[in-house]
Amino acid sequence: MTTISIRKYSPKKYLAENGALAGLVILALVIAIMQPAFLNAQNLLNVGVQAAVIAIMAFGMTFVVVAGGIDLSVGSIAALAAMVGALTAGPIGLVVGALCGLVNGALISYGKLPPFIATLAMLSVARGLTLVFSEGQPHETDAMVTFLGSNLAPMVPLPLLLMLAFFGITGLILTRTNLGRRMYAIGGNEEAAKLSGIDVRRQKLWIYALSGLFAAAAGLVLAGRLGSAGPQAAAGYELDAIAAVVIGGASLSGGVGRATGTLVGALVLAVLRNGLNLLQVPPFWQQVVIGVVIALAALLDSLRRR
Amino acid sequence: MNPLITARGITKHFGATKALDGVDLDINAGEVHVLLGENGAGKSTLVKVLAGIHGHDAGTIEGHASLAVIHQELALVPELSVAENLFLNRLPRRYGFVDRAEMRRRAPKLLERVGLNVDPNAKVRDLGIAQQQMIEIARALDKNAGVLILDEPTAVLTETETDRLLEIMAQLRDNGVGLVFITHHLDEIQRIADRITILRDGRSVGVLGPRATTQHMIELMVGRPIEEQYPRAQQRPGQPLLRIENLTKRGVFENISIEVHAGEVVGIAGLVGAGRTEVARAAFGVDGYDHGTVAVDGKPLPRHNVQAAIKAGLGLVPEDRKGQGLVLTATVGQNLELVTLDDRDEERLHDIAGKLRIKGRVEQPVKELSGGNQQKVVIGKWLLADPKVLILDEPTRGVDVGAKVEIYELINRMTAQGRAVLLVSSDLPEVIGMSDRVVVMAHGRVAGELSKGATQDQVMALAVQEISA
Repeated sequence: MTTISIRKYSPKKYLAENGALAGLVILALVIAIMQPAFLNAQNLLNVGVQAAVIAIMAFGMTFVVVAGGIDLSVGSIAALAAMVGALTAGPIGLVVGALCGLVNGALISYGKLPPFIATLAMLSVARGLTLVFSEGQPHETDAMVTFLGSNLAPMVPLPLLLMLAFFGITGLILTRTNLGRRMYAIGGNEEAAKLSGIDVRRQKLWIYALSGLFAAAAGLVLAGRLGSAGPQAAAGYELDAIAAVVIGGASLSGGVGRATGTLVGALVLAVLRNGLNLLQVPPFWQQVVIGVVIALAALLDSLRRR
Repeated sequence: MNPLITARGITKHFGATKALDGVDLDINAGEVHVLLGENGAGKSTLVKVLAGIHGHDAGTIEGHASLAVIHQELALVPELSVAENLFLNRLPRRYGFVDRAEMRRRAPKLLERVGLNVDPNAKVRDLGIAQQQMIEIARALDKNAGVLILDEPTAVLTETETDRLLEIMAQLRDNGVGLVFITHHLDEIQRIADRITILRDGRSVGVLGPRATTQHMIELMVGRPIEEQYPRAQQRPGQPLLRIENLTKRGVFENISIEVHAGEVVGIAGLVGAGRTEVARAAFGVDGYDHGTVAVDGKPLPRHNVQAAIKAGLGLVPEDRKGQGLVLTATVGQNLELVTLDDRDEERLHDIAGKLRIKGRVEQPVKELSGGNQQKVVIGKWLLADPKVLILDEPTRGVDVGAKVEIYELINRMTAQGRAVLLVSSDLPEVIGMSDRVVVMAHGRVAGELSKGATQDQVMALAVQEISA
């Protein structure tokens, strides 16, 4: 680990560094006041389960964003992995997801494509392959995948636990591994990283492979919850994942971002969706509200940095 | 004479820190007023207050002249033409469309004022940094700026380019423009200054006349006398640690052979564009080359492979601190450990930070540090890796006098431990003062080698010579 930090605790500083967390708390309070049913234990668990898929995907995205990239293909990779998982077996879906990520990384590192273009191409290819393999039909998942979306015990949903597990792994990778430290260096200044002897191209392979792997895991959890893998599953989820990372305070120009931030970002999105449903806001308006919240979060963050 | 701008008692806080504390400054027509001070002394803040970029907490600013600032980071659009950049924001128009003919007609006149002979249709990207600077100055003059503030314009210029800039500044002064000139080069100050205001810790600690001695300036600036500007402690050279032989990259440099022995500092001098940085980068494996060999401690290095170069014991402090040296989003500690991630040593990191006198700041974001301290961090990350040979490319560019001497002491310490240093520098007194031998490059070739005690004239004579291919 890097140097040990001994900092004085200051509530103001804590809030400034955790603006998203403050936002989440305020959001939850407002919803709870307007609709006390929000605080119902079953409902809160639901929020957690709803957050899980996006959160797991967003953790993978956090690696990419911290390293200064972007991954638009995570929604499609999730669908492809789930479909392959349903047609063969879950672990094979994970392997396929990681392979898709590796291809992204190779295109970016060795083909020198901008991440936006490389992963945009993968978005289309992976979705297309999902349609090809599924022949346009949803396929039931086997017991192993279905288990991922089930309750371990009453009131203990596995997706929630998986989300927390991936959260821990992400934090560990970002702060305690050389790969993680290199992500910050590459995203902060790729040239400086290169001149410090970091093999930037090889690191990027791993970073995008991780993102693909996490997306695949998210896809399997989603399929497990639904009991089937659909050809159009997780369409557009990449945007929610990016939103979660950004709400969590990561910078799309790279070098900045944390696992806690992303977790909070994913929870903000889930709480908001759940709250709007409880408050019976029409779905068309929900889209508007979510967009406004994303803009506000980014705006607050940019004000705070000045 | 009535000053163009009169500032009195300017005070400016950033949070709890007082960046400026009751500073007075007059800018007269037809004078070059130098602002001198270490990094962090408040020069840039003062300029920003004058320009209205920052507000001020106390004090008054009076004046009628309009003011233009040429910042170190140039405000040009590289993809647009010279003429378009000159008229950026107020392009001449006809029927609502850009009047290209008018632009082409007016551009040469503006360029002539700063003595710049370039095609107005050329893209700014294709020009050298000195020429780009001239374009900014021309643009400022066209806006009828009565006061021109130049924030370290010479930091990126070569000797001849600097001469040219100083000439133009003198010309503008004679035409009644008031100039504020920020520079760390004391010799430039002696050549052009009419008045020198020295800042230290946000206060004005003295206003000197044109005949001030370097010694006096330095003492006021750092608040204590500095014994020697270039404290090189020479060692008896040992076995060769870096051997560059016949290194060639077609069209960039040719047949470069340089040997650096243990305990030695070898300087590479030359004009910008002579190929010095390119040789350093190729030797370190950042860029490829066509033929030749690079060997560290007898072991030849593979081409274009930074990892192998580092493993063999080579290090490079690049010329562009912010662009290539630092991860600005990270902390001091995270920057220090960058090269040595694979075998991290917490204790050594703190030890080095202490030696660099940046201890206690390990947790601080590196972008909050002054230029000098930032450069010490870049050097520090290599000290942690303990390379046999360290290549320093413009190690003191934009660094204040105090930190400069500290960097020189680091060089001395490395060579005392039997390491070798290759010092690329455009600062002639520095490269002569700190090197045991100076290799002079011109047009991508080695023009000659001078031993200790060479004069600036001897170096320049080699640097400007034409070499037939």
